[in-house]
Amino acid sequence: MIERNLICVACPRGCPVTVTLNEVNEVVSVTGNTCPRGDTYARAEVTHPERSLTSTVRVTGGKAYIVPVKSSRAIPKELLFSAMKEINKATLEAPVHIGDVAIKDLLGTGIDIVATNEIE
Amino acid sequence: MNEILNYDLVVIGGGPAGMAAALSAKDNGVPEENIIVLERDVRLGGILEQCIHTGFGLTYFGEELSGPEYADRFVKLMDETKIAVKLNTMVLNITKENQVIATNKEDGLITINAKAIILAMGCRERPRGALDIAGTRPAGVMSAGQAQKFVNIDGYMPGHECVILGSGDIGLIMARRMTLEGAKVKVVCEVMPYSGGLQRNIVQCLDDFDIPLRLSCTVIKIHGLDRVEGVTIANVDDKMLPIPGTEEYIPCDTVLLSVGLIPENELSKQIDLDMDMVTRGPKVDEMRETSQPGVFACGNVLQVHDLVDFVTQESQIAGKGAAQYISGLRHGDVIKTRGQNGVRYTVPQSINLDEQEDVKIYFRVGSVYHDKRVVVTCGDKVLLNRKKIKLAPGEMENVIIKAKDIAEMTKDQEIVISIEEA
Repeated sequence: MIERNLICVACPRGCPVTVTLNEVNEVVSVTGNTCPRGDTYARAEVTHPERSLTSTVRVTGGKAYIVPVKSSRAIPKELLFSAMKEINKATLEAPVHIGDVAIKDLLGTGIDIVATNEIE
Repeated sequence: MNEILNYDLVVIGGGPAGMAAALSAKDNGVPEENIIVLERDVRLGGILEQCIHTGFGLTYFGEELSGPEYADRFVKLMDETKIAVKLNTMVLNITKENQVIATNKEDGLITINAKAIILAMGCRERPRGALDIAGTRPAGVMSAGQAQKFVNIDGYMPGHECVILGSGDIGLIMARRMTLEGAKVKVVCEVMPYSGGLQRNIVQCLDDFDIPLRLSCTVIKIHGLDRVEGVTIANVDDKMLPIPGTEEYIPCDTVLLSVGLIPENELSKQIDLDMDMVTRGPKVDEMRETSQPGVFACGNVLQVHDLVDFVTQESQIAGKGAAQYISGLRHGDVIKTRGQNGVRYTVPQSINLDEQEDVKIYFRVGSVYHDKRVVVTCGDKVLLNRKKIKLAPGEMENVIIKAKDIAEMTKDQEIVISIEEA
């Protein structure tokens, strides 16, 4: 049995969570979390950690030069820097609305990069 | 020329606090055409506009939003109303007669007679000058929030190799943001023995990118003539003085400061509001009314919050309080609240004895505690005694005072919150 102590990042509460793994790296138990999101986070964190990614994308023809964007859901942690390369290549044309897709199917993950602000 | 306007309610500041307060005042009966919001920036939203990371709204909306998305929810609600908004408008003065004097390019100077005023000016970052860091004055030293604006609004990078002083949340968020955009963040120095930021931000902004966090450590000198060339850092003792022999030179071109936020209360001081020396905001009752009748305060101008969700909730209370005031409601005696034994401050600082609803008191502790009890007393009576696994200065706590308990209180008593052994 291996115990791993984590701080849950699912919300600002930051619960200390303990995950117990067996010899073949399967999750046996999750304790310390105060909600189901913590359980989900902890299981993902010890097997395939994910993070939501936010950045900015270039805008043409608008009142601002850039628009903030986010990944439509958390992406595998190891892809963060390759994702940033794609994001820095992308451009959106004004007007931009919240939810507009800047990159469809980012790096074949099925995850989109979407705008999070309105640019006239 | 000086135009004179009349409004029931003037809200100063169009960030999350101001918008929530204005909307709440409307929902509580103030005619919407009699409400005006004054905002000095080019758009509503306040600091949320540059906080492009997610984590906002989990409490209030039950979903995880970015700052601009959270702000947009309220901007859209504002757009649906007839609440007046003046952008690019700077409030210069408020008076003891509840007048607001403001200026902008279109109107010149305007004077607004108000029945009630809500202060929602937010806070600003503590600058380098407040820190007494020795050395030259090169370019490349800025607050973390300034860097955040450069990167997230203006779209350019303020530097390539950073040292961050202070581990407040904005500093941690910017450590990650700069790293993702290709900069090298060499170290985050925190003078205290603990971080002032949220645990989750230590994990996902520093640990994820192997950025070292050095506690009990500070920048003692900044080097460079035209541009920052490096900093000297050193460990500090328990009096926060640098320990000789621990100095270390770190080359860098940028120094970001994330060393605390200060409520922006210049206007509040003009009308001599009673101020709380710890929060640096006005003292308020449970409706967030200050010592001047009809003047309310909410959000970061009142107390620096960790979460915008709580700013929204607090501002809705202030909006309701202002609506009640405008409709003629006046209160009588109050009971004071106070923190002791590790509790640095309480907000609200007083509660009206005629209050009919439960009241939430927010507080912060002065250092990190494990396995303690939060105890609330009034006279001989223990109102609450709750076990807490962890308390930290970076995380605002709250307790709820029941309306039935308030009904039994008298004006010469005090509500006292303290940290006790488990």
